[in-house]
Amino acid sequence: MSTTIPSGAAAHPVEKAGAGAATFVDQRLGSNKFLSKNLSKVFPEHWSFMLGEIALYSFIVVLLTGTYLTLFYKPSMAEVLYEGSYVPLQGVYLSEAYASTLNISFDIRGGLLIRQMHHWSALIFVAAVAVHMFRVFFTGAFRKPREFNWLVGVGLVTLALAAGFTGYSLPDDLLSGTGLQIIRGILQAIPLVGTWLAFFVFGGEYPGTEIISRLYSAHILLVPGLILALVTVHLIMVWTQKHTQFPGPGRTNNNVVGYPLLPIYMAKAGGFFFIVFGIIALLSGLVNINPVWIFGPYTPDQVTAGTQPDWYIGWLDGALRLMPNWESVIAGYTISWNILIPAVIIPGILFTLLAAYPFLEAWATGDKREHHLLDRPRNAPVRTGIGVMAIVFYGILWLAGGNDLVATAFNLSINAISRTLQISLIVLPPLAFLITKRTCLSLQRRDREKLLHGYESGRVLRLPHGEFIEAHQPLNEKELAVIGSKPDYPVLPAPDKADIDGVRNPRYRVEMLRHKLSSFFYRDNVARPTAAEIEAGQHHAEELAAVEAPLHEYEDADVIYNAHGGVLHHPGMPVTNAEQAAEEESRT
Amino acid sequence: MSSRSDKDLLPVNPEPGDPKPGYLPVANIEHKPRVTDTDPKAARRAERQVAGMFLLSMFFVVLFVVAYVSIDVYATVYVPVLGVVGASNLALGLTFGAAIFFIGAGAIQWAKKLMPDVEVVQERHEMTSAKDETDEAAATYERGKEESGFARYPIIRRTLLGALALFPIPLVVMLRDLWQSPAGANPAEILSRTEWREGMRIVPDIGHDTGDGVEGMVPAEIPVGGLVSALPYAIKETKDDPAANFRERGKAAIILVRMDPTEIRSQQGEGWDYQGILAYSKICTHVGCPIALYEHRTHHLLCPCHQSTFDLADSGNVIFGPAARRMPQLPIGVDEEGFLVARSDFQEPVGPSFWERG
Repeated sequence: MSTTIPSGAAAHPVEKAGAGAATFVDQRLGSNKFLSKNLSKVFPEHWSFMLGEIALYSFIVVLLTGTYLTLFYKPSMAEVLYEGSYVPLQGVYLSEAYASTLNISFDIRGGLLIRQMHHWSALIFVAAVAVHMFRVFFTGAFRKPREFNWLVGVGLVTLALAAGFTGYSLPDDLLSGTGLQIIRGILQAIPLVGTWLAFFVFGGEYPGTEIISRLYSAHILLVPGLILALVTVHLIMVWTQKHTQFPGPGRTNNNVVGYPLLPIYMAKAGGFFFIVFGIIALLSGLVNINPVWIFGPYTPDQVTAGTQPDWYIGWLDGALRLMPNWESVIAGYTISWNILIPAVIIPGILFTLLAAYPFLEAWATGDKREHHLLDRPRNAPVRTGIGVMAIVFYGILWLAGGNDLVATAFNLSINAISRTLQISLIVLPPLAFLITKRTCLSLQRRDREKLLHGYESGRVLRLPHGEFIEAHQPLNEKELAVIGSKPDYPVLPAPDKADIDGVRNPRYRVEMLRHKLSSFFYRDNVARPTAAEIEAGQHHAEELAAVEAPLHEYEDADVIYNAHGGVLHHPGMPVTNAEQAAEEESRT
Repeated sequence: MSSRSDKDLLPVNPEPGDPKPGYLPVANIEHKPRVTDTDPKAARRAERQVAGMFLLSMFFVVLFVVAYVSIDVYATVYVPVLGVVGASNLALGLTFGAAIFFIGAGAIQWAKKLMPDVEVVQERHEMTSAKDETDEAAATYERGKEESGFARYPIIRRTLLGALALFPIPLVVMLRDLWQSPAGANPAEILSRTEWREGMRIVPDIGHDTGDGVEGMVPAEIPVGGLVSALPYAIKETKDDPAANFRERGKAAIILVRMDPTEIRSQQGEGWDYQGILAYSKICTHVGCPIALYEHRTHHLLCPCHQSTFDLADSGNVIFGPAARRMPQLPIGVDEEGFLVARSDFQEPVGPSFWERG
């Protein structure tokens, strides 16, 4: 196959060199075959598709700035007498880790900037990953054929949390050390092996002298290596399967509508990388983050009030705070439910459910089709309800992680806040589910109305023969495509206990369960009108709009049309604006 | 620049009937031309804007280098809203950020104003492989299975699986020395005792090794209603051993509170106080945060981490929060010289619960 890169007498010398390079690589790797297919690859556009991009770009910034930090940071818990330039700590014994962090912050030019960029981009990374995941969840982008990529994503979220936590502990300041102390308490609570596990992790009795260097190797090698590997897999899958798209005119389940990689998508995505990078740098120049010098060095018998982990760990801390103080001693062994449930069991269940969700939903609804067109959240009310329920659950735990701050800020009793949050944690998520589901169904009904009758314009008209009508407007092409994209998901049929010959159905119970689950998912969905009904409805709306049209001319002729919500009048009522003004004048 | 319509954006493979067209414009979307599509002046202006932003980026790189070289790393500057901030960090952040940002802004402006804004369509192909490809893969697998004899030689198969299952064991075994335990010591025993013993003096917690001049505390140093953090005298021997120093602080740290003896409703042992001075472990029994938030009127001790609350006038019992166990009390007295001392070690393990604790 010949090269696709243009090479001719008129080509610019740089282009010529580029073509030469492409040929050189192609002869060794066959890369032009790949390029010929992929340079024109189409990517759909939507603001929410940029969330994953933000995650990727901020991760690149994390890697770049992290590499820079490793050049100056010393992962050692050996004690040194601090003699750096930060006056309040001069003459204090502190760990080399903390001392080198202070040096980076105060004595190395650009050090503080890079440290703050590292922290800001890490926060943005975790946030973007989380919000990106919500986007994928609420739009049903995890459905077949993208379940594997959902699993990779769940792995990435977990690793992002691990990366954040291991990094948070490295400065060895009082705040991060307190976080480690809590981790040690959690490790010790694990039945059977916990005590030994804590000793192995910390290299002996807490806090030991090992933990910082061990966290360091996890933080700069193990975790980022895994993230990088999974990100690569994630992107390859997106590339192979092509991106999902939102419904719109000309968009179907079998095509991708958007912009080609070269040049538009490349320019936009490449430009966006620099925007994200630039904003992180600006933010780090302007806004202070994690000022570890204020917290002081870590010692295991000191703590500050109002300690807060980074936001993505806050929910676990909140769970620890809200849990009732249950502990049992069975046959001489201690089981600390007060720690196990919030710190191990609940996160374990949540992440398992998160990973299993695509498979659970597909099984419950009997959905085996490929989905490339995204669901509007309202069209999958149960899924949307579950998602909102999870957000509310998370939000309450996160708030609980700051219950002491809430108490001091609003001068409330910490006990009352904790009790309220405990009750809320049980009551509010199901309530959020119900409200969300009902809201989705209402939106579906409104969509159906729009399809059947067009928009309600809110203008009541009186026709010449006395009939009152409300003017409707037909939907435009885009609205029609978006609203009309609603799929009708059938409820799985209820199985028979036995077939015609009276033979017992051996799968009756499983099939009944699936019938019930799929009813739970889709029973309440508002049916989509048929194509003929939509056509008729829109046609009717057009007719009504046509009826209204001459009235507008009438209105324009300085006649009252909005004073009473329409051209409703009765004998004796003013007809023109001038008449009404005169009447009001006479009244006063 | 001439106006651009859908027709100008040619498909990569224009031949009709080509099974894999590159991409085609979406037929039924009405495309409104942009100003830059119709007005050559506007297009020139956009071109200048893009180039201007790239120039700005270069300019900020120069400024960055100037700021790096010329601004003292310790200099501070007052900025409204931000307050007094490091001048170097501010200047470097702003110039570096702007240099990067303008590359992005220029690229996006370029894409939005000058590159085609016509959406195009590409067909998808089902992920499932074609039947003949699947069959071929299956046949190749069968042939491989046959040729290797994987099915025919069960002994090879089983021993291979066995070998693969065992080979990671050394990797796990070698993790054993993550903690080199002292001979005969096990974690549960280590966690169950502290440096406190009969006659061990109590020294105030005032820094790294509590200093050379400090030999102990006398009862008069603790006012009624007050709280003092304290450590065993042994901490003074850990001056050059940070690991031991931290270990003791993490386990043996105590708080001393003094109340009117009539206010003490109960103690963990008869007469464990000294003239109303009570010694409790400082390490929370929940997950191990050090506690020193004390409300002297109610005698409540509140953990700043998870808000477990203990009543120090009532045996240190839990009255609120996630902690399941009371704070262990240390029996104290005074020695011949009048210094406060421990009368024994704690009678139960301090700090968070663990499996073998019972």
